[in-house]
Amino acid sequence: MSIIDTIRTALAALAANKLRSSLTMLGIIIGVSAVITLMAVGQGSQKGVTERLRGLGSNLIFIRPGQSQASNVQAAVYGGQALTLVDTDAYAINDPERFPYVEGVAPQIDFEGRLIAGGENTTTTIIGTTPDYQYVRDFYVANGQFLSEDDITRKGLVAVLGDRVADMLFGDSDPVGKSVRLAVGPGGMISFNFRVIGVMEPKGATVTGDEDDLMFIPLPTMQARIPILRNPQGLSNVFQISVKVSDRGDFEQAEEEIGALLRERHNVEEDDFEILTQTDVANLQAAETEISQTLWAAMAAIAGISLAVGGIGIMNIMLVSVTERTREIGIRKAIGATRGDILMQFLVEALMVTMAGGAIGVILGITLSTMADGRTILEQSVRADVSAVAVILAFSVSAVIGLFFGIYPAFNASRLNPIEALHHE
Amino acid sequence: MVKLTDITKVYHAGDVPVPALRGINLEIREGEFLAIMGPSGSGKSTLLNILGCLDKPTSGTYELDGLTVSAFDEERLAVLRNRKIGFVFQSFNLLRRLSAIEQVELPLLYRRTPNRRQLAHQALVDMGLSDRTAHRPPQLSGGEQQRVAIARCLVTSPALVLADEPTGALDTNTGHDIMHIFQRLNAERDITIALVTHEEEIAAYAHRVIRLQDGQIVSDEVMPSSKGSPRAGKPSLGGDGGREASTA
Repeated sequence: MSIIDTIRTALAALAANKLRSSLTMLGIIIGVSAVITLMAVGQGSQKGVTERLRGLGSNLIFIRPGQSQASNVQAAVYGGQALTLVDTDAYAINDPERFPYVEGVAPQIDFEGRLIAGGENTTTTIIGTTPDYQYVRDFYVANGQFLSEDDITRKGLVAVLGDRVADMLFGDSDPVGKSVRLAVGPGGMISFNFRVIGVMEPKGATVTGDEDDLMFIPLPTMQARIPILRNPQGLSNVFQISVKVSDRGDFEQAEEEIGALLRERHNVEEDDFEILTQTDVANLQAAETEISQTLWAAMAAIAGISLAVGGIGIMNIMLVSVTERTREIGIRKAIGATRGDILMQFLVEALMVTMAGGAIGVILGITLSTMADGRTILEQSVRADVSAVAVILAFSVSAVIGLFFGIYPAFNASRLNPIEALHHE
Repeated sequence: MVKLTDITKVYHAGDVPVPALRGINLEIREGEFLAIMGPSGSGKSTLLNILGCLDKPTSGTYELDGLTVSAFDEERLAVLRNRKIGFVFQSFNLLRRLSAIEQVELPLLYRRTPNRRQLAHQALVDMGLSDRTAHRPPQLSGGEQQRVAIARCLVTSPALVLADEPTGALDTNTGHDIMHIFQRLNAERDITIALVTHEEEIAAYAHRVIRLQDGQIVSDEVMPSSKGSPRAGKPSLGGDGGREASTA
């Protein structure tokens, strides 16, 4: 029988048993789509890190408090762990005479707050910082203005919204000039109205988090309005100071000299702070990526096992099918089907199931990957990058599975004695 | 045409050899209409299977159309069945899923004939089934199913048609209709037919009757005159007569 007729015959047989065929296919569909999705996420996590490092800005040094890794105000103040960096440290670093290579310094305090505007409200990260932030982090306002020196000295109640926050609160209308209410503390006990002066460009996730889901306000405004941010000395702890230096070559010198300044200011021998260069951040990220990639690869391998299990399901159904269709095989042999014809018929059936399952699995896998891309799953922002290699691999594996698990039942069918098969009830 | 020489067939029930045929010598000439009779267990089914190349003899030689078939392996036998043999079974043995025309096309599929739809259609028209081509077996009467089976058998123009109790599953009238078809095929197209039956009345359509007992031919007689001539209104090989019959 010609291959086209064989395929037609196989399709007719599969169509005659639609429920069974689709259930058999399901095992392959699940396996293939899982392999593709997990491989895509594994690939995407690497690509995502590269992009996020790029999005960080360049020639950066980060200074973080050493004794506490507390990430919010409550922990810092009520948890009894003193943060060691204060905003005046940042202003001290911004000294062109002592540190000619420092191009900008941006201290920042982050905390969670609820924003209300019109009928909409959202919880987001509020960052108190200074005008330098734009340049230091290479992250610019797209509409309106960023915080100005005037806003800092006046401790103005002005705010710049992240792209997503602006979208959530104001939708299509222009937020600039509108008012947004910020509520912080338990039950929103402290709340103020801010005037929106700008909206940031969309940026996406970087190593420091989702940079579209935040709001900037002047650091002194934050210190003045939210008393719990001040420590007993009347100074404000900051969570991070970002320093932009003029050239990569100055990293070591900068690290050393800024360290000396801070030790001097804090009056300590040992560092009570941590200085990270961009390279350090990249290395940390690389190690993290490696772990997560290994994890995703392991999950893809498990999905591969489910694919093999799907193959066993196919073999099982094909064996049942051969038994059920013994008489058909007898008839076909009587009218002249050779062993090869019967073998091909059943093998092609198994192949059609796995290849159709593989194709649907590929489409489903790409769909799932696209859906997962850019979402936050289990507090991790997921990037998914479907590669052609993964698609070809998953599809050919499903074809090989059809061949491997289909050959035995097909061989059994081809070996049937025509006389016995004809008398099979 | 067909020549069997000293054919034996021994089956094995466990370790016990069970002889089914013990030295069959038989010649069937081209255009002959032969009936094989005998009680159950006499070996007539085994003989038919060997004639149909579905089974190989334990010993002896079988020549079909000048080919020594008894030396063929299974793959060559399959090809030979496709080229030279047409089967008609008691239980029709149609494939449940396929339409009448697809049933008839099936043997042509295995031999990769190009214009098979046309040939299959003509074979169905010859059987008076021109309005039944798209019907599947459950939608057809027993007689119609057997006519589809005959069309499937004839579409390859076989050298030898083997019919195994072809009227066994049909009522008497339909059975006689089917036998008239065989009779006409034999008379008008000179097709060689070997028919297994246990009914004398059916065997009476043949020109020659052999009787088997315990695996041996015990009688071989030529019928003086075969049963009646084709009756009016019954399926004939002409297209028109067939159509009339199918609507009757």
